[in-house]
Amino acid sequence: MRDDPRLRIAARAARELHPGEVVNLGIGIPNLIPRFLEDDSGIFVHTENGLLGVGPPPDGDELDEDLIDAAKRPITALPGAAYFDSAQSFAMIRGGHVDTAVLGALQVGERGDIANWAVPGKDVLGVGGAMDLVVGARRVIVTMTATSSSGEPKIVDRCSFPLTAAAAVDTVVTELCVFQRRNGSLCLTELLDGATVDDVAAVTTARFAVDDAVTLRA
Amino acid sequence: MTALALTTAEEAVAHVTSGDTVMVGGFGLVGAPLALIDALVEHSDATDLTIVSNNIGEPGRGLGKLLRQGRIRRGISSYFTSNPEAVDAVNAGEMEATLLPQGTFAEAIRAGGAGVGGFFTPVGAGTLLAEGKEERVLEGVTHVLEMPLHADVALVYAARADRLGNLWYRHTARNFNPLMATAARVTVAEAGEVLEVGELEPEAIHTPHLYVDVLVERP
Repeated sequence: MRDDPRLRIAARAARELHPGEVVNLGIGIPNLIPRFLEDDSGIFVHTENGLLGVGPPPDGDELDEDLIDAAKRPITALPGAAYFDSAQSFAMIRGGHVDTAVLGALQVGERGDIANWAVPGKDVLGVGGAMDLVVGARRVIVTMTATSSSGEPKIVDRCSFPLTAAAAVDTVVTELCVFQRRNGSLCLTELLDGATVDDVAAVTTARFAVDDAVTLRA
Repeated sequence: MTALALTTAEEAVAHVTSGDTVMVGGFGLVGAPLALIDALVEHSDATDLTIVSNNIGEPGRGLGKLLRQGRIRRGISSYFTSNPEAVDAVNAGEMEATLLPQGTFAEAIRAGGAGVGGFFTPVGAGTLLAEGKEERVLEGVTHVLEMPLHADVALVYAARADRLGNLWYRHTARNFNPLMATAARVTVAEAGEVLEVGELEPEAIHTPHLYVDVLVERP
């Protein structure tokens, strides 16, 4: 696990979730989070295609063609699960009844803007529930590597990619650190796996504050 | 109390004529009325269609077949990307695309069926998808005016129906189907199983029969 930054990010993000919370997990790193949750975590996973109470992937004989998550993967439903239509599902999201959305992103801006649905110059033809989730969920956690596959910073002063929403991100977890948005700006609150403040600063164009706890430990 | 006459998928899709707006249920292929889509592909000449569906099928599957026939003039969806051929068709100028956030898409259909003339949502404000739309600040938050969606025909899938057209959906195959059943001039339901009147528990009915005009049993 130490070798795979995606798993390290998922493990750290799992610790942001609390018993009793309703959580929507996006595609990619967020979907790795359940393996780091205890069986009795008390966390309810919501999928926007119409289920509260997502369970683990099915064994062969549990496979049910009417039961998928928003990534269209087969899933199971836990005891106590509830099904609903898409308008109700998004009323839950938009209405603030989903506590936390964990999503990947292409870029996060220093004011908490998020771009996670489209790359300029490429197709802008699939948004799905991304905009609804970042606007509606009470808390938005972004899980992503600090840089893109081509080495570009993903935490930036200003998003150059099309926005999903402005000032929507509350927490960012990368392989290097955790940022929390405080008073509208990013604050570095935790360093991970031996990273330093300089390591973080080297891969971002965003201005950020550093929490006292990080400074004292350094 | 008048039971609906069961019709074939081929007869049912005769309700779709050229230039129509057609809502098609399903999230991907789950909950999609696949027999009705196949009948539309094989037994209907209706073209110049506007399709309202979360996805335009997959390559060569579901609505992807209709797309290959060049019969979709415009798609209204939240996620064209799941069918790369739909993306190609848009980029080649063969199909117009209207992209909506998925929750806005669902609510617009709900509004269409419920007689609501539009609604303000904070979703999409300040993004590409709000361009050209009226914005208003409500309680300090910028909202976007979204218009309802209506259709000439809705094609929906339910696991169970009774002979009146009451519908019961199963698991995540529910998705957009009950919304679309309310928002069209003619609603055609494809049912996995058709029961006698009284065999569906009244409390378990998701779509009351007044919304359903045509009933087809999935072969």
